[in-house]
Amino acid sequence: MSKLGLITKGLLKENPTFVLVLGMCPTLATTTSAMNGLEMGLATMFVLILSNIVISLIAPVVPDKVHIPVYIVVIATFVTLLQLLMQAYTPDVYETLGLFIPLIVVNCIVLGRAEAFASKNSVVDSALDGIGIGVGFTLTLTVIGIVREVLGSGSVFGWKFIAGDGMLAFVMAPGAFLVLGYLMVLFNKLAKR
Amino acid sequence: MAAESNLKNMALSLTVVCLVCSALLGGVYAVTAEPIRKAEEAKVAASIARVLPGFSEQPSLEKVSVDGIDYTYYRVPGTGYAVISTVDGFGGPLSLMVGISEDGLIMNTVVLSHSETPGLGAKCTTDESFIDQFKGWDPAAKRLEVRKDGGEVDAITASTITSRAYAKAVSNAVAVYSKLTENE
Repeated sequence: MSKLGLITKGLLKENPTFVLVLGMCPTLATTTSAMNGLEMGLATMFVLILSNIVISLIAPVVPDKVHIPVYIVVIATFVTLLQLLMQAYTPDVYETLGLFIPLIVVNCIVLGRAEAFASKNSVVDSALDGIGIGVGFTLTLTVIGIVREVLGSGSVFGWKFIAGDGMLAFVMAPGAFLVLGYLMVLFNKLAKR
Repeated sequence: MAAESNLKNMALSLTVVCLVCSALLGGVYAVTAEPIRKAEEAKVAASIARVLPGFSEQPSLEKVSVDGIDYTYYRVPGTGYAVISTVDGFGGPLSLMVGISEDGLIMNTVVLSHSETPGLGAKCTTDESFIDQFKGWDPAAKRLEVRKDGGEVDAITASTITSRAYAKAVSNAVAVYSKLTENE
């Protein structure tokens, strides 16, 4: 696969949310607004790229029977690192995302890419794969966030274009499922062409 | 390809990975400990500044127990008290900081954390007419309960439970103030 293909496949052919349907928990929970979705996507991308790089480096020497524990330790380290850095330098963002930052450890996307891609490919390819999937995840979360924010709060990225409230159900859990479902249908219909 | 999965290799690789990771985290923790402490202090200071106008320096944190519940509060000499009061809201704990002046009047309230419903109970953080009604409230003259319960707090429309919890939190903070000042 070409280097460019490694990046673009995360957007369409292997879009983590709409095609692989991985990482649903943070997808549903954090996309209450466009900004929250974007921040969550970026946080996951940070972990994804670094863990992909490190895992592709150490994979050749890790015995098969302990590879999952080793990968999880690596991923957990980067997540904790991110958590400490966010707490120190972006406390507001940390407060919004809160619990979902530590939960990146068990995000299927991160371990999935480590297992399915990084452990079998070169460092450069793994880094590109991390970027591709990360960008795909970030864009998807942002789009879901935009739709939910527009319908639910009548604003985009905090910029309000109607007075008062929107359809509040879209900010709450049921709206997350509805928006995700319809976007998934739309995406797969368009992607099939 | 991968090293053979014998006991020695497995133990060795896990130990090395864990050691390296712990060392890395320890380093980052040491670097970020100070900024994290500062960020938390700044947040507390900003809340106190909102509930107690005229507050200038970081007061020390103190604790008191009223009716079996532990409260944290900040004493600002010459201005009053900033009491942190947590009650059960509609969606989970509702935590307020309540500023009470030296003579027992409520100066302002600010929500520290909540899990109320967006667009309904969550308005307790933005609805100015609701929040502002507590400014200058004299707990001795007006009852801190929503009108439905016989008090004088105007509830947020369609969010009686949140409003009730908010009033309860403020009223608990007043109880803390009474306890702190009863011996003076």
